[in-house]
Amino acid sequence: MSAPRLFAGPDPRAGAERLADHLRRLGPPPPARRDAIAAVEQSGLNGRGGGAFPAGAKWRSVAGRARGSAVVLANGAEGETLSWKDRLLMAARPHLVLDGAFLAAASVGADRVMLYVGERHAAGLAALAGALAERPDRERRMARIVAAPGRYVAGEESAAVHFVNAGRALPKTVPPRPFERGVDGRPTLVQNVETLAHAGLLGRFDSVPGTLLVSVSGAVGAPGVVEIAEGTTVGEAVASARGPLQQARAVLLGGYFGTWVEADAAWPMPLRCAVVSVLPMGACGVCETARIMRHLAEESAAQCGPCFFGLRALADACERIAGSRAQPDDLVRLHRWAGELPGRGACRHPDGAAGLLWSALRVFASEFATHRPHAAGRAA
Amino acid sequence: MREQAPAVDRIRCDGHGLCAELLPELIRLDDWGYPIVAPGPIPRHLLADARSAAAACPVLALALRRTETRSRRSTHVLHNL
Repeated sequence: MSAPRLFAGPDPRAGAERLADHLRRLGPPPPARRDAIAAVEQSGLNGRGGGAFPAGAKWRSVAGRARGSAVVLANGAEGETLSWKDRLLMAARPHLVLDGAFLAAASVGADRVMLYVGERHAAGLAALAGALAERPDRERRMARIVAAPGRYVAGEESAAVHFVNAGRALPKTVPPRPFERGVDGRPTLVQNVETLAHAGLLGRFDSVPGTLLVSVSGAVGAPGVVEIAEGTTVGEAVASARGPLQQARAVLLGGYFGTWVEADAAWPMPLRCAVVSVLPMGACGVCETARIMRHLAEESAAQCGPCFFGLRALADACERIAGSRAQPDDLVRLHRWAGELPGRGACRHPDGAAGLLWSALRVFASEFATHRPHAAGRAA
Repeated sequence: MREQAPAVDRIRCDGHGLCAELLPELIRLDDWGYPIVAPGPIPRHLLADARSAAAACPVLALALRRTETRSRRSTHVLHNL
């Protein structure tokens, strides 16, 4: 494993790094020169909130509309159940996040920075508040911390903007997208906090980003956040969390909106997502999938019919199969519904749920077809 | 001639289903009564029906949008892969 970047220096579990220590260790933040956007573009840095959209292109699209009054919204909502990396980053390296956020603001022509942090991430909220108090007056005046509701969809780009504008963390019909009309109608750069932290390392390391933060969970010896080099395989990431603990059945890549992959196929894959969860042999993929589908159904913003009704129906059918109460056509309907859902919500919540289900129906095909009740205590 | 496609505002749509009655060639309903729109532009001979369907929607959730020529790259994706 290559050396960490974001978590170089003191153990991240030790809490927030103070400004003086941060500057002593890394030197001054990257200067907001005219070519900063080009540097972000050339770095190949992409969004670390799940979308993987190229950061440079996003900065440029905001800069082209900004006229000095754009807004930067640093997204630390992190509502994904299996992800802890953003809250750890905010709690341990708040100044790195701020360096990136203020660089972004200067580069795109923004005079306001909103730090949008999940209300449950108390350590992250406290660390950013403490870090802001250490920053120069000019930065302090332009920044504001906003506690985001602890809902899955609250971190979706248009929902984040909607919450700041109107107190409702619900996705909006797009277009217009936030980079066109966002906070207070201004062009708004919504960027994940890890993405911003990498931008804050520009000029401080030879090449940026170089690493990614990954939350590893399930059947591993040391579940938690690991910082790995780009190009690291799934197997290497799992090994760095001292796993797998036993022979694995499958791996969930990308979290609840992700994809199940057979374990043997997963290990050599280059890791391109921020969540890895290992399902051991003997655990039940059907029960696990039913649990995830229920969670996603409950996290629907209930704005769009196909998502609200469809996800509930998917979860019901998965639970019937898991509980061996399946109706004759449940499996056929699951396949059909999974195909009908994508693209039919204002946001991509239904797409993510359908994608997860597709992968489950493929990887756990035989289990879905012949599911029997588990002995007491085994069923998830 | 510029091409158009049906676009449903998913938040507005309440599943009244008139669109599927007026434009069954391109719109069908799912198990809960919400529209599933066939991908691609509206064929010329269906444009008039499509306009009627858009006009008939009681909550104005159906519109005809000019099809975008550039590839649509989503910047608001939630899932992680």
